[in-house]
Amino acid sequence: MNIHEYQGKEIFTDFGLPVPGGTAVQSVDDAVASAQEYGLPVMVKAQVLIGGRGKAGGVKFCETIEDVKKNATNILGMDIKGHTVRTVLVTPAVDIDSEFYIGMLIDRNTKRVMLMASAEGGVEIEQVAKDTPELIFKQIIDPRFGLLDHEAMDMGMRLCPDDIKRARQLAAAMQKLYVAFINSDASLTEINPWIFTTEGVGHAIDAKVSLDDNAMFRHPGYEALRDLEAEDPSERAAREAGLSFVKLSGNVGCLVNGAGLAMATMDLVKYYGGQPANFLDIGGSSNPEKVVNALNIILADKEVKAILFNIFGGITRCDDVANGIIAATESMDIDVPIVVRLIGTNEEEGRALLAKTNLVSADTMDDVVKKAIELAG
Amino acid sequence: MAIFVDDSTKVVVQGITGRDGGFHSAEMLAYGTKIVAGVTPGRGGQKFQDQVPVYDTVKEAVSEHGANTSVIFVPPFGASGAIYEAADAGCKLIVCITEGVPTVDMVKVMPYLEERGVRLIGPNCPGLLAPGIAKLGILPTSIVKEGPVGLVSRSGTLTYEVVYQLSAAGLGQTTCLGIGGDPIIGTTFMDAIIAFNEDPKTEAFVMIGEIGGDAEEQAAEYIKANVKKPVVSFIAGQTAPPGKKMGHAGAIVSGGTGTAAEKKKALEAAGIPVAERPMDIVPRLQEIWKK
Repeated sequence: MNIHEYQGKEIFTDFGLPVPGGTAVQSVDDAVASAQEYGLPVMVKAQVLIGGRGKAGGVKFCETIEDVKKNATNILGMDIKGHTVRTVLVTPAVDIDSEFYIGMLIDRNTKRVMLMASAEGGVEIEQVAKDTPELIFKQIIDPRFGLLDHEAMDMGMRLCPDDIKRARQLAAAMQKLYVAFINSDASLTEINPWIFTTEGVGHAIDAKVSLDDNAMFRHPGYEALRDLEAEDPSERAAREAGLSFVKLSGNVGCLVNGAGLAMATMDLVKYYGGQPANFLDIGGSSNPEKVVNALNIILADKEVKAILFNIFGGITRCDDVANGIIAATESMDIDVPIVVRLIGTNEEEGRALLAKTNLVSADTMDDVVKKAIELAG
Repeated sequence: MAIFVDDSTKVVVQGITGRDGGFHSAEMLAYGTKIVAGVTPGRGGQKFQDQVPVYDTVKEAVSEHGANTSVIFVPPFGASGAIYEAADAGCKLIVCITEGVPTVDMVKVMPYLEERGVRLIGPNCPGLLAPGIAKLGILPTSIVKEGPVGLVSRSGTLTYEVVYQLSAAGLGQTTCLGIGGDPIIGTTFMDAIIAFNEDPKTEAFVMIGEIGGDAEEQAAEYIKANVKKPVVSFIAGQTAPPGKKMGHAGAIVSGGTGTAAEKKKALEAAGIPVAERPMDIVPRLQEIWKK
């Protein structure tokens, strides 16, 4: 789950990272009130769950109250790469002497948390990684000891070789960021940029945090951080129904058991010249209620002109799945054609059940995809 | 022969009295897997299906019955705890089926396993099925067949689809292995490929990858330099939009990397055919495998 900058900064504050104050507001009046409270100049920053806010004009420096009014008016409601800005963060502007990048992420290769840091702060780190990878320093962290003092200090000195005071501040910030990462069950924490003022005071002036969905049971408070308005309504409904779903823009709805098979089915729709409407993993259950939920979510998309089921019955039995599909479709008013492919355990029984309905049956994965594309027109 | 298991594999199932653990333990037993004990804290002294003794701890299962392998069906919040327990008790192979284990838990458990020389498969995986030898996990036995092909995959049902096609074409398997779709997993593609390459019974193998990470790229490099056996690959997720998690926590294209196109390119550059569709995997394998 990705969270907004202002929410990430709240987590940073909880773990002792220095963050300039700020208030998240949803109206121009509140933005002005916050600016008056902090004193000018301030920054007005769009809160959207996508990068490139600055380039899109969603981050503005304001010297006067007029600036705050004008910029807050422009930014609230702005569309940034398909994300509507509903909240802006008003935060005191700080003078910037130097900028750094500090990030932590899960490194699949070493199976550890990796610290990445660079003196090339304030720019897109992916670009730095591509163009000048030698400017990014890395440290693998042993979870038994955390980020050790000498490791953090070594990194601090690399970033600020001529200023021991700043190097120490950076080292302390990195250690706090690691504690924040582990204790909040993050999958990514980034400060870009970390800045020093001309007086040498360090601040995290941006925060990018992703939290591990699998660890939410340990952090009941974090559920409130989810931006329900930013979520696609169908993806939200799917999440609430316990289904793994991603909305796409095509017209062939896909219901598949298993994530890998679901991806391969989408790819096959594309291969045969169709466009998948979604990714949906219905899981191992043949529960009719789950099938009904899944169908409702797919049918809410009016672009969908045909629906395919691709079910590999391993442990799940095909006749159970067929009964689930029949019970679900009978209880609903469905006006698009449905093609079903069942294979694996008890496939004969499953197909026999489907033969009594007006659902179209298919034998292979190729078959079900081709038929669905044809029916979608 | 198979990879990672043999006739000496003695299994303890952690979570044997649970709904999923019980169901799949029955399936494993029916396939002839030597399940010597089960563990559910508080259920010690019971018997599973009137034949498998249940203990409160893995330690007892190991000391009483010489269990050397654990299969874990424990809910996510207790899964890493179960892994520590199995490793501490002396199990050298641990298969964790549980889906939804927090990533930080896996980060923490890894050094513990590495120090003890324990192999972990998973989490969030279907496990391993060595036809004729043992089943450790949830792969359906009806579709497998003994034979010379190895199969390693990040997926579950897509694996079944490919196994089904292999068996239908008369190509049996030495081992079918699902390594799991999470960002942090114990046994990687590379580990499986090295094992298949060294296994004398495995004459050829299939690698089923998906978007996210660069495990396929690393495997490609290794295969190019070290593997003489025929290898065919498939990559799921060509149509996945960037930044979206496709079911598996690890299946995500981030910052422009981890795409299916990149993986395909790396594999093809290493001389490994990449099937366009799942149904092309068997023909592509037969094409390069001149028996």
